Amino acid sequence: MPINKNQTRLSVLKTYKLYIGGQFPRTESGRYYTVNDADGNALANACLSSRKDLRDAVTAARSAFGGWSGKTAYNRGQILYRMAEVVEARRIEMIRELTDSGSSTAQAKKEVDACIDTLVHFAGWCDKYQQLFSAVNPVASSHFNFSVPEPMGVVGIMANNKQPLLGLIQPMAAAIAGGNTCVIVAHTDRPLAAISFTEALATSDLPGGVVNILTGKTSELLPWMAGHLDVNAILMSSKDNSAWKDTQLAATANLKRIVSLSENDALSPYRILDLQEIKTTWHPIENIAPAGSAY
Amino acid sequence: MAKTASKQINKAKIKPLRFDTDWQYDPAPESAAAAQIEPEYGLFINGKWQKPDSGQYFDTINPANEKTLSRIAVANEKDVDRAVRAARNAHEKVWKKMAPAERGKYIFRIARIIQEKARELAIIETLDGGKPIRESRDFDVPTAAQHFFYYAGWADKLNYAFPQKKLNPLGVAGQIIPWNFPLLMAAWKIAPALATGNTVVLKPAETTSLTALKLASILQEADLPPGVVNIITGAGATGAALVEHPDVNKIAFTGSTSVGKIIQRSIAGTNKRSTLELGGKAANIVFEDAPLDQAVEGVVNGIFFNQGHVCCAGSRLYLQESIAKEFIRKLKDRISTLIVGDPMDKNTDIGAINSKEQLNTILRYIQIGKKEGAAIHQPACSLPKKGFWCPPTLFTDVAQSNRITQEEIFGPVLAILTFRTDDEVIEKANNTPYGLSAGVWTDKGSRIFNMTRRLRAGVVWANTFNKFDAAAPFGGYKESGFGREGGLHGLSPYLEINS
Repeated sequence: MPINKNQTRLSVLKTYKLYIGGQFPRTESGRYYTVNDADGNALANACLSSRKDLRDAVTAARSAFGGWSGKTAYNRGQILYRMAEVVEARRIEMIRELTDSGSSTAQAKKEVDACIDTLVHFAGWCDKYQQLFSAVNPVASSHFNFSVPEPMGVVGIMANNKQPLLGLIQPMAAAIAGGNTCVIVAHTDRPLAAISFTEALATSDLPGGVVNILTGKTSELLPWMAGHLDVNAILMSSKDNSAWKDTQLAATANLKRIVSLSENDALSPYRILDLQEIKTTWHPIENIAPAGSAY
Repeated sequence: MAKTASKQINKAKIKPLRFDTDWQYDPAPESAAAAQIEPEYGLFINGKWQKPDSGQYFDTINPANEKTLSRIAVANEKDVDRAVRAARNAHEKVWKKMAPAERGKYIFRIARIIQEKARELAIIETLDGGKPIRESRDFDVPTAAQHFFYYAGWADKLNYAFPQKKLNPLGVAGQIIPWNFPLLMAAWKIAPALATGNTVVLKPAETTSLTALKLASILQEADLPPGVVNIITGAGATGAALVEHPDVNKIAFTGSTSVGKIIQRSIAGTNKRSTLELGGKAANIVFEDAPLDQAVEGVVNGIFFNQGHVCCAGSRLYLQESIAKEFIRKLKDRISTLIVGDPMDKNTDIGAINSKEQLNTILRYIQIGKKEGAAIHQPACSLPKKGFWCPPTLFTDVAQSNRITQEEIFGPVLAILTFRTDDEVIEKANNTPYGLSAGVWTDKGSRIFNMTRRLRAGVVWANTFNKFDAAAPFGGYKESGFGREGGLHGLSPYLEINS
């Protein structure tokens, strides 16, 4: 990394690490890859995550699931809003990370602003989508019967989107707003903004393990994610036909749900619903009063 | 005074109940003559009965006496192709263009004719599948009619279910159903598909095709446009041909987890959507404060309903330690009164096992249970000589890791385990790859909500079990499958929803 000749001091370069269970470990594999800017100049070294890192991240996500899904919806909403606050405070840094890696300033500003607004949007959904997707069912017997959405569990997210930060934050926000925990593989070529984002996460109130972020090759990590028996769902693009098919094949091992990342309609409660199960609960209603009695 | 009385009751030695009396139930048989079964059935394609291209037929038997009821066509790949073409044609030219309210009226008609022919359908269901006539009469057939009636009304109201969305039917739905609730499963599949504007190719299970074929004649009677529903018969190869047909847009399958996984693999990388309702190993949890006699009834209904051929059967019983001994005694007393035998008898509680193959599976698991060291209890009951029978079976001294605790048996076999605390039983109940259903018995409301929230299952019954309704979404978590059937939530699996 060249030293700017106008600078009077040597700048401190950042070491980009992974984010697993609220900690910042290096990859256990000791492998790295070089991240370049748009002109091909080296920007930084990033961790080339391994299968073991992925498994560690899934373990962290699973451990965090009970606590996160058990929080009140209001509390989850406040935490997502807090995430927006801390990203807002690092807005300039995030924009710089994106421009460094090839976005124009206008694009980068637009993307970071959309990220913050996405977090605010989903913060608001946390205690509302349940009312849209729940039902009290008028069964033809003397039972109280209702259906509610519940989070699927641990969700894998392949964030290889054109927009490296927004493409990560949109599916992440939908997943965690709904009480899931997630393991995200960041954009392979442009992962730096994602890692800086995790530094914001670490200073928000988000419990460790709810969001875990790996850097590296999607093609290397996705097959392990697809076959992992403790991952409940994977969000990925369906555009790469062979990866889509291979993932569906491997996912049959535990019937994990493979959900196509929808770029349209990203700000929608339906994106939360994509990662929910519906639970129906029955309880008898006592029927002692004489039929037809008025009260 | 009351205190003394209760003390005396507690002190009184509990004697085992005696049910051996001279009093016997008189036979109360339903009449097979009230139903018409044709000697031979072809394939129902494009509104007409057609001979199979395969030229092959197979016998369908009554599992209660092994007598042949009818012979049924085997659909091969060409037959499947004919059926899918008919469904596509009907979808493009008729069904998707029809005013939704008119679509709904056809479905209402089907519901009404099922109600009119309820007795005949119940008899055929019992003769073909072996389930007690009381269950096919009081549960299967009325609930099937209810499904058509419920979804008929949705046909012209879909925009209220998904406000501000553009809705489109998926196209042709290939539907494969199991042998445990043959007509009801056909209704679960067909009714929402039609209401949302899809057309259907349905394949019933090979041992229980007759009510689906009777349904075909009901569709004719309802004047449903040709090709909107096609019903083709055969075994696994027919189902595979349907799943693999390139012009099918949606696969809806109810059956075993292993076959569900084969289907998922087969459609991987295609644009076919799927709904899978697969196996289960439900935990039925009884706390010490539960009304025990009521819970005994619920446990019996949970595992012995339909001979235990129920994907959501309460096949793992978790008893709180303090009441385990008493509860098991009550349970043994209760099952000694269950009447096992002629499914056509209105007094029968447990009918015939659906097929010899399934009986062998159940017997194999009973052997496995014994070998694993569990204690078996079966009440003394005389079983008919012909047909396939299994008495109600309890296993105690069962470990969490035993195969009879972990694997779906799909028969009248209950594994009984114990627990001490809420956390422990949640851990044990959720320790399974399945997640279809669960049951909780307790008098404490706050505990009900804690348990029903933490149980990872799609349907949770509290102080009841094995209840179903057209308005109540049903479906699994984890390896019990995905997608919901029933209720408002049963619509979206058949719709393309766009903004």
